[in-house]
Amino acid sequence: MKDNLSYTEKRTAYILTLPAVCLVFAIILFPIFANIWISFKEVELKDIRIPEPRAKKIVKTVSGDENKIKILYKLRNSSLLQEIRKVKFEDKYPKNLKPLDLDQRCTYKKNKINCDFGTWPAKYKENFQILFKITDNSVINKKELKSIKPKLDGDSDNILLNANFTLKNFKKVIFENEFLDLLLTTFYYTFFGTIGSIIFGILTAQMVNQKFYGRTFMRSVLLFPYVAPVVALAYTWELLLDPNSGTLNSLLINYQIIETPINLLGQKYIDINILGIDFKLRLALTTVIIFEIWRYFPLAFLFILARLQAIPKELYEAADVDGASPFQKFFKITLPQITAVISILFMIRFIWNFNKFEDVFLLTGGASGTRTLPINVYQQGFAISDIGTGSAVSIVIVILLLLFMFFYFKLLGRKVDEN
Amino acid sequence: MKIKNIIIFSIISSLLLLSLISIWKILSTLQGVKLDNLNFQILFILGFLVTFLNVIIEKKINFLIRLFIFSFIFIFIDGYLIQNLPFWYNFGSFLIICLFFNKLKKYNNDFFINEHSTQTIIFDFLTLFGIVLFSFVILFPFYMMLVTSFKTQIALLVNPLDFSINFNQDIKELFKSYFVIFKSYKFGKYILTSTIVSLGTVLITLLFAIPAAYAIARLNFFGKSFMSTSILIIYMFPAIVLVIPLYTVFSQLGLRNSIFGLLIVYTATTLPVAIYMLQGYFKSIPKELEEAAILDKLSWFGIIIKIILPLSIPAISSVALYVFMIAWNEFLFSLMFLDNPNSFTLSRAIQYLSGDAETPRQYLMAGSVIVTLPVLFIFVYFEKYLVSGLTAGSVKG
Repeated sequence: MKDNLSYTEKRTAYILTLPAVCLVFAIILFPIFANIWISFKEVELKDIRIPEPRAKKIVKTVSGDENKIKILYKLRNSSLLQEIRKVKFEDKYPKNLKPLDLDQRCTYKKNKINCDFGTWPAKYKENFQILFKITDNSVINKKELKSIKPKLDGDSDNILLNANFTLKNFKKVIFENEFLDLLLTTFYYTFFGTIGSIIFGILTAQMVNQKFYGRTFMRSVLLFPYVAPVVALAYTWELLLDPNSGTLNSLLINYQIIETPINLLGQKYIDINILGIDFKLRLALTTVIIFEIWRYFPLAFLFILARLQAIPKELYEAADVDGASPFQKFFKITLPQITAVISILFMIRFIWNFNKFEDVFLLTGGASGTRTLPINVYQQGFAISDIGTGSAVSIVIVILLLLFMFFYFKLLGRKVDEN
Repeated sequence: MKIKNIIIFSIISSLLLLSLISIWKILSTLQGVKLDNLNFQILFILGFLVTFLNVIIEKKINFLIRLFIFSFIFIFIDGYLIQNLPFWYNFGSFLIICLFFNKLKKYNNDFFINEHSTQTIIFDFLTLFGIVLFSFVILFPFYMMLVTSFKTQIALLVNPLDFSINFNQDIKELFKSYFVIFKSYKFGKYILTSTIVSLGTVLITLLFAIPAAYAIARLNFFGKSFMSTSILIIYMFPAIVLVIPLYTVFSQLGLRNSIFGLLIVYTATTLPVAIYMLQGYFKSIPKELEEAAILDKLSWFGIIIKIILPLSIPAISSVALYVFMIAWNEFLFSLMFLDNPNSFTLSRAIQYLSGDAETPRQYLMAGSVIVTLPVLFIFVYFEKYLVSGLTAGSVKG
């Protein structure tokens, strides 16, 4: 009896989870494996379409002879690159039509024509025509005749499925396109974005954890950048930072803080002098990182605030009795209590920032030194339309992420052991 | 000791006053007041003197009288002596100073004898400073988005600092950008597409997620723990990695440029979050209810419909709101999969609009307002449910 129950339980569980598992498998897990496959292939965007035989049917009257009608088929191979084998052609006609001349490749039977065109090379084109005799002197409706569509069929190789593999894509990724610079940019973007959003998260959480009028309102306002659509925010920032008619530059010029407008999103480097030391700051990258911090610190804020509110009040009361200062309370009580949350946040934000595509794409499109790895996936795959190399870049992303997670957990594990 | 504390207090509080007044000055500039200098140094010294004197003479003069004297001095120097500014500006400054003094009330003479008074002050004022600054920095772009959508091309180019909206003009003129994007750019259609896609994603996700979450929360089966850990891993997985394979497969299957294709992808990407959130909630429902139902010979299907669903309406609605927001905001996949303007979603349509360099910026901002408003509305209205879900680690971004 019990076995029977656990059996039905198992069966129900599989039935209940099956749809979700199938969908996730098809859309998320399968593409990851497909990516590995594609990254070893030389594929371009235009190769993706499966080549197919096509025909355009044109009906013509024969001048001087009302009892005859000509049907012209413009045949072609849709692919510019691949051949199609065993092309089969089939079309139907009304009963009152009889073919006068028939191509050798075709047979006519029961008002149906069947042709065997053999192999069409790439770019193949042919005008194929048949002359018909109208047997009962009636007027032929051209439109009706045209509305019967011919059926075509043929075999072709799907470039994605053949077994030609190459290492070219990975060579291209690693030895061309300034790979090191790409890695560094991605690292700066990810690391400083993560650190910045966590620091601002701590500050704001500490702020909102105090009691003041309008606190709930403040909490929702702080989350606005996180919940609003990227597209809207990115274009607003672009308008705000525009060198010609942007509000920020106009304000700074108006208050005589700067003399000429700064192109914050379009300038790669800016010379900065701090304490007599000159150095070049990557301006566009910095701006993009600031946008990233602005948009994602709310997540850190929310996590840390939830943790802060869970810290027992007794800890602070005891500290007050001992005469601890506010700074001591922050560093000795608050900070140790939120380190666990911060380490989780660091990992989540690091992974997500590492893969962030939309923000940089919308703000700069990857120009002026803001090309990160995800942007490169898009540029390789869709701008240069080299799908294989794009795939190789995404494989590099996955490998780097797995490496990061491996070392991070190892480091975290050691920390836990020490404690 | 005490004097040192008072000086530190004055410096910090004048910094707060400085930031308040500066923000007020920036906002006034944007309303057309001619201000070409923020006068940081003068304001700082003025603020310092005012707060310092305020503490010194605290016991001698009544609070209200002090407030009036100091605010009068401040406004006279800032709004009249340095630069002659309009009345409404000075009135605003007056309100800000009242607010500021109200905050200062707490820090009286006795307070400065306290051992940790400097640190307490720094902490308190950093909080105040932070609240003001963060609200400004966060709300300003939204404010700009809204104002720009009501302006004309010429007004934007002539004076980018003019943020005033002329309410006296005809309503058709005022909302011109909105009329244009609905008429010439078919935004009505895009709103419809976005709504269909988002609602569809919500429905399919719930349909798939509720049974799966129930199985993971309640039933024992082989592979259960594997499934619940892989949910989290899949949730972390980067969308950019999926783009190329999905693009190739969808091209070959003819699913690009179709709402159906988008629906599948959105559902698959939101499923892990939905299952994760729901199973957490299902676990908190007492088991006894179901045990009684099993004795009544109710099937699993019946249990989910009759017991679990009615009990978990809050959790389900918060998941639904999330999924809706994720699908509504989604940009990456709609950029990759849609290139026919007939099947655009709102986000994709705005990006397409911006691709044409000649599109006036106010149209772009009007579009941005349209795409942002529903999300912010949902968020503010249902904030209570959503915030608890957010901390459960739900929204990916």
